[in-house]
Amino acid sequence: MAKIKYIEHSGKEHEVDVANGLSVMEGAVQNDIPGIDADCGGGMACATCHVYVKEEWFNKLPEKAIGEDDMLDQAYEPNSSSRLSCQITVSDELNGLVVHLPEKQI
Amino acid sequence: MINTDVLIIGAGPTGLFCAHQLGIIGLKCEIVDNLDKIGGQCIELYPDKPIYDIPAIPECTGEELTNNLIEQIKPFSFNFHLSDRVQEVKNENNKWFVKTLKGKEFLTPNIVIAGGVGSFEPRKFPTKNCEKFEENSVLYSVKDKTIFKDKKVVIFGGGDSALDWAIELSKNSNVTLIHRRDEFRGAPASVERIKQLQNEKKVELFTKYSIKDVKGNDNLESVEIKNEEGESKTIDADYVLGFFGLIMQLGPILEWGLNIEKKTIPVNTENFETNKKGIFAIGDICTYPGKLKLILSGFHEGALAARGCFKYARPNEKYRFEFTTTSKTVKGRIGVKE
Repeated sequence: MAKIKYIEHSGKEHEVDVANGLSVMEGAVQNDIPGIDADCGGGMACATCHVYVKEEWFNKLPEKAIGEDDMLDQAYEPNSSSRLSCQITVSDELNGLVVHLPEKQI
Repeated sequence: MINTDVLIIGAGPTGLFCAHQLGIIGLKCEIVDNLDKIGGQCIELYPDKPIYDIPAIPECTGEELTNNLIEQIKPFSFNFHLSDRVQEVKNENNKWFVKTLKGKEFLTPNIVIAGGVGSFEPRKFPTKNCEKFEENSVLYSVKDKTIFKDKKVVIFGGGDSALDWAIELSKNSNVTLIHRRDEFRGAPASVERIKQLQNEKKVELFTKYSIKDVKGNDNLESVEIKNEEGESKTIDADYVLGFFGLIMQLGPILEWGLNIEKKTIPVNTENFETNKKGIFAIGDICTYPGKLKLILSGFHEGALAARGCFKYARPNEKYRFEFTTTSKTVKGRIGVKE
């Protein structure tokens, strides 16, 4: 279990407990947190669960999946702190993770 | 005006199998899809990725699945209307009048929406000013490459579309290619070719840059790019091309008076009809308690929706359930000789 904080583009914060093994995307969707669309449902076939992760957390995350950067090319305003939240699996180590949501997904 | 029993929106696996079920029970249908090819997400997003959960098929790719479904409905000779999108749906004397973007018109008692997560549209630049030049000098696809001759063209993107056009247009235009990172996702041979063209000074390449703004009054004059360190550059441009892949949008579906819940359409699980009589929704686009976004669920939904269509298409006939293994009528429809 990890506490994860999702910060919307407007600054509104949502802190929820997400069970180990779920993805950061699923944590948002299951808790009705707006700002993550996840159109493809976690298949890494779209880029609508895009989040920004600041440096202090970025390097602690599991590495990017093969092809994740290719999908991120197709996200809304990606940068070097971008991740697809469907590719971040929650574990105890991620307790306290903060992710920032982009202005929009599509 | 095309009269038909059922209009299917979406030529993905769910729409295709629903068409099969309609054919089996003796109904006619027309299929409209926004993409230029049949197969929906299977063909657009993962043609080469193996799928492992199609019943009785241990492994197949999106492309193989699509080809098999196309083969399966061949006997019915249904019409496909590709690269077109249903724009308008309105009720006319208990039938649905449907008009597409390209102006095709249909009259049908039934519409089956098998639209996945919406229609595929190119992702556009986030920069507001780009809208002013859209379709003139800010473009997301190339229809006529001759317009670029001897012009300054700035191309954004790192996939095959961006690379291929940069290579092609470098023959007759002044091309700049811009991508947000150093790695390209396009074919290795194209990446190699771009680097070669860069050395020959036929393509100018900026990586780790993205668009900041476009400038110009009546005509586009330049494009400003920025990197993450906050540095920016201005590049003279007659045309700006963006190739960032496709996004999926519900689009006009939102305007037909259907109930919508989180980008999906609630349906009953008896025949997958929506809140509008004669409009059904199946596959990823529908929702109901326990909904699974699996292709196999879409097949089941399509089979039941097809029976739901029957009562509106043949109000004076009684639907009779038949097996394909034994029914002469069904075998006749699929052209099997005994």
